[in-house]
Amino acid sequence: MATLPITIQVISLLVAFLVMLFIGRLIVRGKLREEYAILWIVCTIILIVFSVWRRGLEQIALTLGVFYPPSLVFLAAIFAVLVFLVHLSVVVSRLQSQIKTLSQEVALLRHELESRTAVKEASTSQIAEPAATSE
Amino acid sequence: MQPAKPNILVIVPCFNEQGAIASVVRDLVAVRQREGYQLDVLVVNDCSTDKSMDIIRTLPCLYLNLPVNLGIGGAMHSGYRYAYLHGYDIAVQVDGDGQHPADELPTVLEPILKQEADISIGSRFINREGFQSSFSRRVGIKYFRWLNQLLIGKTIHDSTSGFRAFNQRTIAIANNYYPDEYPEPESIVQFGLQGLRIKEVPVRMRHRQEGVSSINTSRAFYYMLKVSLGILFMYFRLVNKRAD
Repeated sequence: MATLPITIQVISLLVAFLVMLFIGRLIVRGKLREEYAILWIVCTIILIVFSVWRRGLEQIALTLGVFYPPSLVFLAAIFAVLVFLVHLSVVVSRLQSQIKTLSQEVALLRHELESRTAVKEASTSQIAEPAATSE
Repeated sequence: MQPAKPNILVIVPCFNEQGAIASVVRDLVAVRQREGYQLDVLVVNDCSTDKSMDIIRTLPCLYLNLPVNLGIGGAMHSGYRYAYLHGYDIAVQVDGDGQHPADELPTVLEPILKQEADISIGSRFINREGFQSSFSRRVGIKYFRWLNQLLIGKTIHDSTSGFRAFNQRTIAIANNYYPDEYPEPESIVQFGLQGLRIKEVPVRMRHRQEGVSSINTSRAFYYMLKVSLGILFMYFRLVNKRAD
């Protein structure tokens, strides 16, 4: 019985470090921006802290008046997830409006470019045409 | 004073309309010759996946080719930006699916040409002629009529009509902001709150020649909700701005 908490402690530490490693790799490969990486690093640090400090959760729960410590974990985790989701929705909305503006600009610039090359072609073909007919 | 011959830009948003787009553009060009308008046709290809773009290139018109599908609102917004950028006096929206007969163009343009309105909307419900839309859609349109009445104190019979003409003042406003998804009812509230004069004129509409509406039964509920929310947020945004 006494060995069980130790096993779970080792597993959770291992998982926390693996997550940390994974986040680190994503940053190095340029797949994750630093501003989001900070959040995930903080999460893994919390995970490590609680894997080492086994009585921590229980003590915090008791001081907050939560009788069943795991419910505090769920509460905190769900709250954090919700906040992050709202943040991501805001980010996606901003990206969407930026993409809209960008593609409109691209379309307008394409139009500009095409009409300019069309004018140039027309002027060169006007010069070229008489030479072609004289042959 | 408006110049004797105002520059008109007809904006035709096009998303997979390979069957109808050519005749829509040709009809508009025919109207230009008949009425002697100073008129350009601008087709906005909203990233069509069919052969629309190949057809558009061969037509006697200007075109914008969007690199990303932006939806009807985003496409129209690019058209209004083009109109603003090139200093057109009037911009007219005509759908690319052939619902809006080009022959009705003079009717829609008239209030703008006479400077009686800033926005002129071709409405199918005033004289109740031509294609009248399905029952459920008419219920939706009645609801928007009620919402418009409530928010801007104006009765717009056909607020979902995409057959509309803007003058320079409206183009400038649409250049800055135009709603992206299902923009028609929302933009009416926007323009109404900004104190623009809106006038409806009776037109005859046709059944779309090809393709299907972007609003099917399953999307109808989402459409109503999205547009209602859009209208309400638009209302609060502009009412606060007006109070400043």
